[in-house]
Amino acid sequence: MADKIATREAYGNALAEFGEKYNIVVLDADLAAATKTGVFKKKFPERFFDCGIAEGNMVSVAAGLAAAGMIPFASSFAMFTAGRAFEPIRNAIGYPHLNVKIGATHAGITVGEDGATHQCLEDIGTMRTIPGMTIINPADAVEARAAVEAAILHKGPVYLRFGRMATPVLFDQADYKFELGKGITMAEGKDVTIVATGIMVNIALEARELLKNEGIDARVINIHTIKPLDEELIVTAARETGAIVTAEEHNIIGGLGAAVCECLAGTCPTPVKRVGVNDEFGRSGKVPPLLEMYGLTAANIAANAKAAIALKK
Amino acid sequence: MEMAKINELKRIAANIRLGILEEVYSASSGHPGGSLSIADILAYLYFVEMKVDPKNPDWEDRDRLVLSKGHTAPALYATLAERGFFSKEELKGFRNINSFLQGHPDMKHTPGVDMTTGSLGLGISAACGMALASKLQNKDFRVYSILGDGEVEEGQVWEAAMFAAHYNLDNLCAFIDFNGLQIDGKITEVIDPTPIDKKFEAFNWNVVVIDGNNPEEIEAAVENAKACKGKPTAVICKTIKGYGVSFMENQASWHGTAPNKEQYEQAVAEITASIK
Repeated sequence: MADKIATREAYGNALAEFGEKYNIVVLDADLAAATKTGVFKKKFPERFFDCGIAEGNMVSVAAGLAAAGMIPFASSFAMFTAGRAFEPIRNAIGYPHLNVKIGATHAGITVGEDGATHQCLEDIGTMRTIPGMTIINPADAVEARAAVEAAILHKGPVYLRFGRMATPVLFDQADYKFELGKGITMAEGKDVTIVATGIMVNIALEARELLKNEGIDARVINIHTIKPLDEELIVTAARETGAIVTAEEHNIIGGLGAAVCECLAGTCPTPVKRVGVNDEFGRSGKVPPLLEMYGLTAANIAANAKAAIALKK
Repeated sequence: MEMAKINELKRIAANIRLGILEEVYSASSGHPGGSLSIADILAYLYFVEMKVDPKNPDWEDRDRLVLSKGHTAPALYATLAERGFFSKEELKGFRNINSFLQGHPDMKHTPGVDMTTGSLGLGISAACGMALASKLQNKDFRVYSILGDGEVEEGQVWEAAMFAAHYNLDNLCAFIDFNGLQIDGKITEVIDPTPIDKKFEAFNWNVVVIDGNNPEEIEAAVENAKACKGKPTAVICKTIKGYGVSFMENQASWHGTAPNKEQYEQAVAEITASIK
């Protein structure tokens, strides 16, 4: 539990590991050292293609590879895939439902010092609007590794979201089982449910401890697959706990919080408070003060959990 | 090329042009101008050059065509119907809500369409991916792509051009339909992309400039591309937009306009007369 590994690190290692078992091809856009696809490149240079700083071409080349039967991973930062290359992803991959895996690293505010131009807070939103796109945002390195294999085995486009910063390892690889589209209940609780994704899962668990000190029993759900969303698990949690707080390293518009609200509004109207970046751009800084400044903290989740509980009828 | 073969290709191209006219007339919408200009290229590729099997459109070892200028789907559909991928009756349904012939090519629903296109600049990149896949799979299928001369204004075309040359995709051959017109007018007046041949040369491509409405020159260009090792080939095809229909020729206004009944009948009469 003490180990800290960035999910991008796990991504690169997983590509190299599963490259032995599966005939995958990896593309990058001059960021192999940062996205960690360089680990795959070193092991399988004949199946690695640097596309240079040309992300629209990269994802479209991936579409052509997939159309001819290959399983390509196209990698760059979230900003330059889901952001810059949105339209090629939509038209060349999403619309023909091609078997392309987009490995997007450096998602969210934890990019840190590079600042707002590189801190993608919109990618879940843009990718979620593409019909048939699967979106996975793993909570730790173990889940990231499993997600890579699940993406290989899934036939269709997958957007994998990874972070730059080293984060705590939550799962034990030996007994961790990844099921695409199925959330994981990390801790039971009856008063409120914290639905978290990515790095916010660990912070949600910390928030649970804060709430416990105040006599509040919070359930924590890890939603690694944002699309398709595990609606059954979320609706059940809403029915059983009556209040929801979502937590994500993303704009509160368009991301997990929005997806949860959309899910509940038509099935089980429930008070939902959304913790995320409040419709603003990021800025340069060290990660801990950034998380503090933008409210991506256990204390803020706990405060929102109480606010959600207060809204219960 | 023997006279009989030339005449046969001209007959096929004329049938493709009749199909194009039927589609855009039936739909009262679509893009006749740039479709008519590429009919000779498609006739040569699908009836002489490309390894394809209309009975098995997903055959893994087939040659591929990516219509990067996807708005000229009527030309591709008419060609595929002529080649037997589906019935010519289907052409009447073009752009109709119940038809599999979408306004722009849809690989998921139309037999023989190798890549979904329509957003300019994406197709040539996908063609690069297919050509790379051919090499990675140790296959010998070749990949063809047709781009518009206006389309090369898209920056992604040049990203793809760099990629194809860098990875020595000599199994890729791109035709640029150099008819000189785009929606807003002459390409040289809208935003001048010329010289297109020199640009591809500068991007380390093998470049051939031909009359794109002449079957013999198309054949020579394809053979040149196949003989060239280590480089992708760009065939700059000087063509006439609206080729074969007097009132549509060299008129930007016929880029995306369907003919009315009278115009349709005149156009059909002219094409039919051309092969008598």
